Amino acid sequence: MRDTTPAGQVGAILAARPAGQDQLLPVLHAIQDALGFVPPETVPQIALSFNLSRAEVHGVLTFYHHFRSTPPARHVVQLCRAESCQSMGADALLSHAERALGCSLHGHSANGNFALEPVYCLGQCATSPAMMIDGAVHARVSPARFDRIISTLAEPA
Amino acid sequence: MSMRIFVPRDSTALALGADAVATAIALEAARRQLDVVIVRNGTRGMLFLEPLVEVDTPAGRIGFGQVDSSDVASLFDAGFHLGQSDHALALGLVENLPYLARQQRLTFARAGITDPLSLLDYEAHDGYRGLRRALAMTPADIVATVTASGLRGRGGAAFPTGIKWNTVLRAPGVQKYIVCNADEGDSGTFADRIVMEADPFMLIEGMTIAGLAVGATRGYIYVRSEYPHAIAMLDAAIVQAELHGFLGANVLGSGRAFHLEVRKGAGAYICGEETALLESLEGKRGIVRAKPPLPALSGLFGQPTVINNVLSLAAVPLILDKGAQFYQDFGMGRSRGTLPVQLAGNIKHGGLIELAFGVSLRDILYEFGGGSASGRPIKAVQVGGPLGAYLPESEWDTPLDYEAFAALWAVLGHGGIVVHDDAADMAKLARYAMEFCAIESCGKCTPCRIGSTRGVEVIDNIRNGGGITQVILLHDLCDTMLHGSLCAMGGMTPYPVLSALNHFPQDFGQAATAPRAA
Repeated sequence: MRDTTPAGQVGAILAARPAGQDQLLPVLHAIQDALGFVPPETVPQIALSFNLSRAEVHGVLTFYHHFRSTPPARHVVQLCRAESCQSMGADALLSHAERALGCSLHGHSANGNFALEPVYCLGQCATSPAMMIDGAVHARVSPARFDRIISTLAEPA
Repeated sequence: MSMRIFVPRDSTALALGADAVATAIALEAARRQLDVVIVRNGTRGMLFLEPLVEVDTPAGRIGFGQVDSSDVASLFDAGFHLGQSDHALALGLVENLPYLARQQRLTFARAGITDPLSLLDYEAHDGYRGLRRALAMTPADIVATVTASGLRGRGGAAFPTGIKWNTVLRAPGVQKYIVCNADEGDSGTFADRIVMEADPFMLIEGMTIAGLAVGATRGYIYVRSEYPHAIAMLDAAIVQAELHGFLGANVLGSGRAFHLEVRKGAGAYICGEETALLESLEGKRGIVRAKPPLPALSGLFGQPTVINNVLSLAAVPLILDKGAQFYQDFGMGRSRGTLPVQLAGNIKHGGLIELAFGVSLRDILYEFGGGSASGRPIKAVQVGGPLGAYLPESEWDTPLDYEAFAALWAVLGHGGIVVHDDAADMAKLARYAMEFCAIESCGKCTPCRIGSTRGVEVIDNIRNGGGITQVILLHDLCDTMLHGSLCAMGGMTPYPVLSALNHFPQDFGQAATAPRAA
């Protein structure tokens, strides 16, 4: 029977990986894609597979902004904070999002359904401001459009 | 005969509802019992018009701009599928739109015209002609052609591509590599993304030619995780190319091998720096390496490595196909060929504008861009990404040329232009530049790691009325960062900071003085 515990899933990913330390990022991506985050308790298991120290794996995991060590909110709202979006009202959009979701940047909404995170450029700079929700990109996001997009998601803010 | 309707699958089009538009067209066509084929093309680069729906007619493709799914029924009512163009969203023949007609499309000649994942389309539009030529040439001849074209690295540093390739060709090594830097993290840039999403085979072909040129049999494309659509497109294109013998153990039956793989970044801006990118590819923290050794001699896994930006590699198939002279004939001075300008920020008509080097910033801003999106006067433009200088209006007549920008203490970089209107607070933007550096610094060298944090504090002090002593301190700090940092992250953060301070002292609460360099 398939082991569906985090350790079991991580074990399956590690067993299927090609050799070489260069596989560490692909493995971390695979784990995060499967579990939503990379559980800290699986770091020793990963380290053993790569013949690295736990510190080295921890170092890689924490260097990259993309990887999480805690479970994500149901919906992750990433607002672009870079220059192009700033020139088109990203600061006002952030204030609006913070009010609408009831949390500040890097925080969670009270019911835990939404996380609000910064992102630095989604490559939509000709149609700023941009945001990504659960991997889907949105451009020309006015506060009204922000509300419409959020309202299409099942969970209330 | 069925009618062909094009709905882009570029991520900007998707971010503005292109999927819903495509679905609505399919449903509406079915309801009206019309035989319609929907082609999901790439973007033409006129991003301000997305989703730009095009209808194939005997006269050419007719465009309909900023289409929303709610417009679809009225488009059919107006007979758009029959090539009639009296709907309010109709733009006429797309090829004739001035924004496109005035460009010199070399690298982006196919963008938006073809289905990005159709090899048939690609070959029908001159694809893989460069590779076929390269297969009949010696490695040294391929390198010589690229050198003679005058192509310089489009990632920002503008190093001559042929010279880099020649170093790798001559370097001894058991396994050489071609690495494509697709970690396009600069705000205001999206040309790499458009190459990957609209014409992925061109990049694959360019890397294959690079492999033949230097004797590398393996390649990696390092794409940032913020670009999921580009990653999916490249992965799908690589499968196609392998299936049809353009990649793999025996490229087009030549007996030469080239294997290509996409690697996904993980949200670290610094990995756009080439040595940090190599560290990341090796599975490590993206910490910048000291140079020497050059990656050309000791790069990925310590082997000789060509590491080039997407646009540099994407220019190669055309150079091999049409010859070095053809490419060399575009441009000015030592900047040869075309520059894909990316016009972004507070601008009416943002998008991709490919032109020979030499056009002025003012032309780009007004002739193409149509002025600010807000309708307010443009105050400053940042060219070359977050590490590029802010240019005030007095400098907008400068031609887009690497050397002309360097003479202004500015950089052309990757060709990204972010426009700010007169509501912009330049002190706040300068503070942001330091803050961004603090967030994204790899931490290896002190000027960048500590300097950026101190920089935020000093700018805060200036904004809070700290006076001239704090301004002097900021100049000193920037001087240290400029000359003491290991890479461009810390070394160029002073560009936006000091250019903002020099050109817009009033935003920092300072009296206007004669601008001074660092």
